[in-house]
Amino acid sequence: MPIIEVAGKSYETDEEGYLVNLNEWNEEVAGYLAQSENVVMTDQHWEVINFLREYYDEFQIAPAVRVLTKAIGKKLGAEKGNSQYLYELFPYGPAKQACKIGGLPKPTGCI
Amino acid sequence: MSEEGGIKKFMFVNRKAPYGTVYALESLEVVLITAAFDQDVSLAFLDDGVYQLKKGQQTKGIETKNFSPTFRALDGYDIEKLYVEREAMEERGLTEADLLVDVIVLSRVEMGELMEQQDVVLSC
Amino acid sequence: MLHIINKAPQERNSLDSCLRVARTGTILLIEDGVYAATRGNAAEGKIKDAMTRFKVCVLGPDLDARGMGDRLIEGVQSVGYDGFVDLVASEPNCQSWV
Repeated sequence: MPIIEVAGKSYETDEEGYLVNLNEWNEEVAGYLAQSENVVMTDQHWEVINFLREYYDEFQIAPAVRVLTKAIGKKLGAEKGNSQYLYELFPYGPAKQACKIGGLPKPTGCI
Repeated sequence: MSEEGGIKKFMFVNRKAPYGTVYALESLEVVLITAAFDQDVSLAFLDDGVYQLKKGQQTKGIETKNFSPTFRALDGYDIEKLYVEREAMEERGLTEADLLVDVIVLSRVEMGELMEQQDVVLSC
Repeated sequence: MLHIINKAPQERNSLDSCLRVARTGTILLIEDGVYAATRGNAAEGKIKDAMTRFKVCVLGPDLDARGMGDRLIEGVQSVGYDGFVDLVASEPNCQSWV
């Protein structure tokens, strides 16, 4: 399995670059993973990442895009609960990319 | 399956306890994937399958992922029909209050009738 | 003899077979087998009857994983992994009713 080095510590990832152990996640690792995805993190990005991590904590899964969009709309307002907003933040797919940066597994059913 | 444009009634029948085998977890993953196809999805819990919905599962001691909270996410996936067989609960000393999600309790006979109405039944 | 049962009573007949054949010793319920020792289960009577002949135990981590820790039949002993090892060591032999 590939190993990434962040601030002198090594972390195991899977073949696609997802963190293997979600308990090892921290903001530095998130920054590293974001960089590898060419995503420049802003407060808006963090808001989605934190939302995803809370969702995972509660339900033990990473949500599908459609579910994420709806749930974000409910929590953060309709102007953020749409796929256009989320794809602007995470061009290669909010669920896929944001989950990776957030240290979560790939959403179930996401190809 | 959407080429015909019709929405089909899918029922996932769960008859296994949650951790002794991998059936329950695998079935739940298929349910989540199916939800993406905008079909009419329902879940039925029969026999030992009712144990999947028991409150208070604590899996640290067996070093296995506790997937029971995921049943509470189904609502967000627009899967709202969870049917539980009354007799199966009774034979296991369970009541509706022991379950971690809102369910529709059906008798064995009603469950059989509901199954007859499905287009696709997937059983685990 | 230590008799180990890892199947739920309504799914397989492992418990019934064991109770029909085994004479004495300890019955340890593990994995889905623990459901048999929970109050209100259809097997409750069988377990209570078995307790007159056997020492009956369940593996605690398996009971907790299934959310059944609050309804263990009185008199059934919950053991941890260390207790499991002690049982294996204290009985002359053991049998898994798979």
